[in-house]
Amino acid sequence: MIIRILGEGQFRFDDSHLDDLNKIDNQIVDHVKNGDHDGFFQELVRMISMVKELGKPVNELEIIPSDIIVPPADLSFQEARNIFCNDGLIKG
Amino acid sequence: MGFLERMSAVVQAKMNKIMNRIEDPREVLDVSYEKQLQLLQNVKRGVAEVTTSKKRLELQKAKLQMNIDKLDGQAKEAISASREDLARKALESKALMQAQLNTLEREIKELNDQQQKLQAAETRLATKVEAFRTKKETIKAQYTAADAQVKITESVTGISEEMADVGLAVQRAEEKTEDMKARSAALDELLESGTLTDYSGGDEIEAELVRVKAKNTVDDEMARLKAEMNK
Repeated sequence: MIIRILGEGQFRFDDSHLDDLNKIDNQIVDHVKNGDHDGFFQELVRMISMVKELGKPVNELEIIPSDIIVPPADLSFQEARNIFCNDGLIKG
Repeated sequence: MGFLERMSAVVQAKMNKIMNRIEDPREVLDVSYEKQLQLLQNVKRGVAEVTTSKKRLELQKAKLQMNIDKLDGQAKEAISASREDLARKALESKALMQAQLNTLEREIKELNDQQQKLQAAETRLATKVEAFRTKKETIKAQYTAADAQVKITESVTGISEEMADVGLAVQRAEEKTEDMKARSAALDELLESGTLTDYSGGDEIEAELVRVKAKNTVDDEMARLKAEMNK
């Protein structure tokens, strides 16, 4: 599958690692709900490193849609909250 | 719904805004290409804006540093004239300016990061746009082929996603720059009036903490200056 890290580009990622990625995803959801800033940043960084370490960068001349979109590493807690409130990344 | 799913929904919404439905698939390719060129211009403007803001903050930083040095000199003079009250006043202003200077330094670093990210986004997008241009002509030439429609959908979706990515980066950079501009204008006014007693960097508690910290700094500095002059 193809995963895009916003602001960094796309990676080819083996489906076998998807479970691990989903686990981190669920933890991020919990951290945002509980207002746990540190936990949130820790898991976001872990998620991004995981995609980069296990995935292979897609050739930049290739134009293909992604299956999963990972937020950028500098996402603020407030921006994460906005994503959950369906306001999107940018207010308004 | 998971976090990743929501993130995808955000990008999808942005993609839909970029590519409104167009009837003729071949037209999609050309319209998309036009929009890509526009976005490239936007990114360039974004980089220029961040650079300008950074320069402005650097100027302010230099101004603040000059004020700090001046106040430091005044504090020393006041102590030699045995006017501890005056020295304390000068050091209080100095401590507040120092706090502003630290904030500015952090903001300059943030803008620098933004600038680098946008420049990287510009390079990435330019490569993709060029690849898209070549691909679009190939697809158009083979349009009669049965799989052309699939290719068009894939290319357009792929490039729209790239554009949504870069578009979001530009928007976020603009938001950050706007925030800093407002605070920067307020700081300009304070510098203009020569007083920096109103520390408007945060909420009530934050402001009080800054004042407490400033007082401690002033006590320390008074002791340091006195020790220096007694040597």
